[in-house]
Amino acid sequence: MARRPRVLWLQGVTCNGDSHSFLNASEMPQILEKFHFVYHPLFETGYTLESIAKEYFDIDILVIEGGLLKKGFKRAGVESFELIERYASIAKQIVCAGNCASFGGISRKMDRNVTGAAFCEQEPTGLLASYSSKIINLPGCPIHPQWLVYALEMNRHGQTIELDEFRRPVELYGYTVHEGCTRNEYFEWKIDAKGFGVREGCLFYEHGCQGPFTHGSCNKILWGGVSSKTRAGMPCIGCTEPGFPSTNLFETKTLMSIPAKMPLGVPKRAYLTMTGIAKAFKIERLEKKKF
Amino acid sequence: MKIKTEKKRQRRVEILLAALELFSQRGYYVTTMPEIAKKIQMSVGNLYNYFSSKEDLAQAIIQYISQMLAEKIHDVNNQPISVKEKIRQIVKIYFDIAADQPQMIEYFLRIYLANREVFSDGCEGMICVAPFMTEIMVFFEEGVRAEDLRNQDFFSAFGLFMGYLGGMAFLKGENVLPKELQSYSDEIAENIYRALKSDGAPA
Repeated sequence: MARRPRVLWLQGVTCNGDSHSFLNASEMPQILEKFHFVYHPLFETGYTLESIAKEYFDIDILVIEGGLLKKGFKRAGVESFELIERYASIAKQIVCAGNCASFGGISRKMDRNVTGAAFCEQEPTGLLASYSSKIINLPGCPIHPQWLVYALEMNRHGQTIELDEFRRPVELYGYTVHEGCTRNEYFEWKIDAKGFGVREGCLFYEHGCQGPFTHGSCNKILWGGVSSKTRAGMPCIGCTEPGFPSTNLFETKTLMSIPAKMPLGVPKRAYLTMTGIAKAFKIERLEKKKF
Repeated sequence: MKIKTEKKRQRRVEILLAALELFSQRGYYVTTMPEIAKKIQMSVGNLYNYFSSKEDLAQAIIQYISQMLAEKIHDVNNQPISVKEKIRQIVKIYFDIAADQPQMIEYFLRIYLANREVFSDGCEGMICVAPFMTEIMVFFEEGVRAEDLRNQDFFSAFGLFMGYLGGMAFLKGENVLPKELQSYSDEIAENIYRALKSDGAPA
């Protein structure tokens, strides 16, 4: 049997959300068989954080969870950044789990000294930018467990992952969250949901949904295998993008009733013309609530 | 073949302009297809080769006017000038048309808005004036984005702007105005700007 890839999971400034999300991976038993977890903060591994800090372990994959703060965030007696940087230099691949590790995320909103590994929001100036070439970003708040499983398995099989400009796998982030959304028919005919958690209606026009301009596969690789935010009646809040979170996540910012952000790549005039035509018609079947 | 197509296109515009004049002067229902054919010296049968019905023709006219206005406002939108100056230019465009080609504005106010049933199948909502509406929306949206205009509901702002211009053109059509329409242009542009500008925008 081939040697199992050795994975070390280290945390910066985090809420543990990505760890918890990862535990929901349906393949968890197989993952634990196929990979050797040197250390993970939430489940039993062969070593403690103290021993990780004290010794130098040879690892294949470093998973970083949380934003990076150079000073003032000690763990196991050492600066968490010092520890992460040490293992970043040893690891063959670095996987940033979640938006904080990728871009700074919510942690950065609380402390402007926090950065992601390769990026600080949109800028390639994260505290570990010098290791960019081996970094794979898997932003999300939290990360989708299946996205992490994908990255780990690709690594195990020696496959190259094609990345976008923010070092996100194209396979997972090449399309928008809008793709596969079950509310697309309501989007087409410009019919708003008029509330959260309701079955019918689109959440883009009034309720802040960022699906049409957010990169992610939430509506194709479903959460827990069954649902997504938009399917459940909650707007996409753009958690896979650098700069997340924006403000007023539950209302659509408009300029003279026109959405301030257009669906990705759609010219404003094209959007206005299309929606102007769509809203001229009243589609009874879609206007009527079934529940 | 190309020449033939171009000739046909020109002929189509001639029909539109002739029908526009008759509809504006005499009203939609009173005007007949034979009268329109006669005005451009065309057989009634041939007229129907261009437009399948009077409704079809009426709808094509409003699309023609909308497109013409949209192209002019598009040029204004693309200029690197202040919002105040853009308003001044849009008012000028509208009043120049109202003065030089009053039938265009008359048609919009007295035919398109007053006979909605003619436009109910094929011109639902704002479809037939979409190019014009799009440019006006772009104007407003960019004005708010630049923080020169106050953010508000589109139709609140649109009604103030276009309702004002339409109202003045209507008064002109009724011969109520003591002066030429264009002489009100600067004051009206100033009023519109003051009403729509944001608190921080220049006076």
